[in-house]
Amino acid sequence: MNASVSEGEGLNEKLLKNQEVQEQRMLLGLATPAVLAVVAIIVIPVGWLFYLSFLGKDGGFSLENYQRMIEYKSYARTFVTTFQVSILTTIICILIGYPLAYFLAMLPERLAGFFMLAVLLPFWTSLLVRTYAWLVLLQKNGILNDFAMSIGLWDTPLKLVHNLTGTLIGMAHIMLPFLVLPLYGSMKKIQRDLMYAASNLGASPVQAFWKIYFPLTASGMVAGSLIVFVLCLGFYVTPAVLGGGRVVMVATQITAILENQFDWGAASALGVVLLVATMIILVAATKLMKLDAALFGKQ
Amino acid sequence: MSSQIDSQSSEQSTALPIHINGLVKRYGRMYALDHVDLEVKSGEFLTLLGPSGSGKTTLLMAIAGFNRPDAGSIKFGDEEVILKPPHKRNVGMVFQSYALFPHMTVAENVAFPLKLRGVAEAETAERAEAALKTVQLDGLGGRDIEQLSGGQRQRVALARAFVFRPRILLMDEPLSALDKKLREQMQIELKHLHQQLGVTTVYVTHDQREALTMSDRIVVINNGKLTQIDTPNNIYNHPANAFVADFIGESTMLPLTHDGSGKLYFEDYLIKADHKSDAASAWSLVIRPERLFVTDKEAIDPEKTIAFSGVIREFVFQGETAFALMTLNDRHNLAFRFGTDSASWQNALQPGDMVSLGLHRSDVIIIPQDDDL
Repeated sequence: MNASVSEGEGLNEKLLKNQEVQEQRMLLGLATPAVLAVVAIIVIPVGWLFYLSFLGKDGGFSLENYQRMIEYKSYARTFVTTFQVSILTTIICILIGYPLAYFLAMLPERLAGFFMLAVLLPFWTSLLVRTYAWLVLLQKNGILNDFAMSIGLWDTPLKLVHNLTGTLIGMAHIMLPFLVLPLYGSMKKIQRDLMYAASNLGASPVQAFWKIYFPLTASGMVAGSLIVFVLCLGFYVTPAVLGGGRVVMVATQITAILENQFDWGAASALGVVLLVATMIILVAATKLMKLDAALFGKQ
Repeated sequence: MSSQIDSQSSEQSTALPIHINGLVKRYGRMYALDHVDLEVKSGEFLTLLGPSGSGKTTLLMAIAGFNRPDAGSIKFGDEEVILKPPHKRNVGMVFQSYALFPHMTVAENVAFPLKLRGVAEAETAERAEAALKTVQLDGLGGRDIEQLSGGQRQRVALARAFVFRPRILLMDEPLSALDKKLREQMQIELKHLHQQLGVTTVYVTHDQREALTMSDRIVVINNGKLTQIDTPNNIYNHPANAFVADFIGESTMLPLTHDGSGKLYFEDYLIKADHKSDAASAWSLVIRPERLFVTDKEAIDPEKTIAFSGVIREFVFQGETAFALMTLNDRHNLAFRFGTDSASWQNALQPGDMVSLGLHRSDVIIIPQDDDL
């Protein structure tokens, strides 16, 4: 073999090089529309949002929008509520979603497809319709209260909507598939032989679950929980309808500011703070997930 | 913990026999195990050999406790285990997929059964390291599973299966994922390991050569039934029926006729003069290709050797041996092999050659004809 290779020396070398360059250009060409779309739909509006949030009443640069968020207690309360609702919804989703995903993963292929459809079906109906459906089900003279009182579970109608309870029920229902899908995926990846091996080596079903099954599904659970949590942070419709004005989340407050005061600066500042907070959480969670990977192993 | 296995019993490394009686496992109307009776002797290396779907893995899984038979008894020594869940059976098992826990290191995988048995931390580490040393992986305890090669994973799976000193070791085609060279090397290593541990071992494979290499005894399984149980030598040289003769090794089967006075003929060739049998049965002659040799028809002693004459149809060089097909009387093909050393090679054959192939009468194998085949 020749140790020193000079340009254009080998058989067809130039033609092959040209072909490679051409293919790279073509790939770049294919990506261009998507890149432009991301710039137009995401980068420019978010930049505009940041710009607006730093505009004062007089039209010049000012931090007054952010100062107001520190001065007024109601803003802090909104953020606390937002995180509280998001965390509770995520926890409820895990408690319901983990057994559900496990059930689906244990079913034979065809039955699993049917039940998966049942989980996904709500996805295909309008969010608004589902939210108002919950309002009908949960209200004072709704189906649930009527039924429970008729079989004597409770005597006076329970207050299930226009409060935190209703908000959580509605949000958990809507968010559940986002947790179940990644979790189901990580459960399906576990080989049957692994559980056999655990049992063969002396692990009782409970030990096998906690020492083998659960650690191997943790990454799917964390991924699903993050999706649910982040989606909850910016949720508008369901808390607004089922919370009945008692559960004020950031998105609700942004609407209120725009409708009542038409103050784009204040609304933008709220949006920016929520965005930054979400990003900090995502970065922290990614770091935590890496920690998980070290503890539980990569999948 | 209630699920903990009595550590006293796991300390005993003495082997246990397995007694299987009337074991039945049905899937719908098909018998995966059809009233299986089997005695595995204490400390022996027994191989379950059969084609895929024969029931060999079903039988192994029943011994491990992973499937519930429809009827029958499985005893380890004197203890009935048919109702015991797998985690209380205290048998080691090596899986075809190795089934190593991906979220644990090599050492953690091997220590797993010891931790479950409540073995003290220092002793656990010591025994795990010793087990890794036995499989020549000492010093690799800190590695992740995905950093290991296929052969290394196989060894970890093995170490994990015997580290808790089970009295019975089960292996489900543990070498099938390895390449040929490594597989043959591991066969010898496994055999040595078995001698070293002295544990009763039940090994499942569909590879007849592997079975012949490693086993004390081989059980040939077909359609959920045990068709023959014997030493590798007897299985190969005295197959009980057409299935075993065909499944193990290469063979040519030729139909025999008999004249009622105990003489068995293949066409004009007298194969056996004193065959004791009832007149109703039909018989076949089994010829192993490597037992044939090129000979001079005039020079042989017909008392000791049968000489088949015919025309060479096919001739293939395959490395350590050459393979050829000879047509007998225009109707039957006779397969034979011979060495490719320079001496044998001098009389290399060409298609179209007329030759005589000799077969010593002591190499004649006669089996009952089987319509199932």
